[in-house]
Amino acid sequence: MHELGIMTSVMDSVQPVARESGAERLLKVTLRIGEMTEAIEDALQFAFDVLKEGDPFLADAVLEVRMVRSKSVCLDCGATFEHDRFHMFCPECDSFALQLLAGREMEVESIEVDLPEE
Amino acid sequence: MAAHIDINESILKKNGQLAEELRQRFAENHVYVLDLLASPGSGKTSTILATIDALRDEFNIAVIEGDIASNVDAEKIKAQGTAAVQINTGGACHLEGAMIKRAVDVLDLERLDLVIIENVGNLVCPTDFDLGENAKVMILSVPGVFQVAQAIVLNKVDTMPVFDFDEEAFYASVKRLNPGAPVFPVSATKGEGVEAWAQWLADQVRSVQEM
Repeated sequence: MHELGIMTSVMDSVQPVARESGAERLLKVTLRIGEMTEAIEDALQFAFDVLKEGDPFLADAVLEVRMVRSKSVCLDCGATFEHDRFHMFCPECDSFALQLLAGREMEVESIEVDLPEE
Repeated sequence: MAAHIDINESILKKNGQLAEELRQRFAENHVYVLDLLASPGSGKTSTILATIDALRDEFNIAVIEGDIASNVDAEKIKAQGTAAVQINTGGACHLEGAMIKRAVDVLDLERLDLVIIENVGNLVCPTDFDLGENAKVMILSVPGVFQVAQAIVLNKVDTMPVFDFDEEAFYASVKRLNPGAPVFPVSATKGEGVEAWAQWLADQVRSVQEM
């Protein structure tokens, strides 16, 4: 969808944290992205590479995208189960009345930075 | 020396906060807000015009028009005598909380009962953005957005005999993706089905007024 915009928000939120920690470089950014969102891993990676270009603080950073598997609870029989984007029905009773428990996450989980040796 | 820093923060946190502020403002003013999603050419503006016609006697209505460029849609709404604010996203494929906030600032919320937001004609990007609305409603198309919509308008039903639209398959798929959402078959330009849809919307608006 608009992975460049998403990644710009990510950079805007992690850069101040990284710089304030006294780090010399950002090493890694870890995101948690739900399978039910419209964000695509390859496009996130591409946007990340574009945004870090030319900035020595960011240049060596790598991106890890942890995809969160979609999970729902069946409102008819109470079973909880994992599923993909397009097959949303209860494997126990075939009901389509579900409530999503996980899969719409779009979060920055953590970063790794390179701190100067004391 | 490598160090790990936990962040655990939503990427769309800023948008989420703005949406919550908007939601509160709408609730305080007892205004019901509808975020209307659809692909280009599905008849968003015609549906809004028909809906206003059906509900204008009971409610004060305003429209927020999201468009990449131009104000043709806002002009059509204004020509009908309804307040309309145009948002030009300048190429962005969806509306965000900050844009809605700017539009809402020029509306007299105290006087309004219903605000209809016409989102950009796109069914992918608007899915993930909360605008502080009471309900997202969509006019026919692809899977992801079906799952976040509270109701579905099947528009242009008057053209159905001409195209080979498989109505049975459509209803079966919607029931799988979103069993709770009512579907309203409508022809916005001919008026068919508009009453049932407008009635559903009127019930939603009234429930907000009673809060």
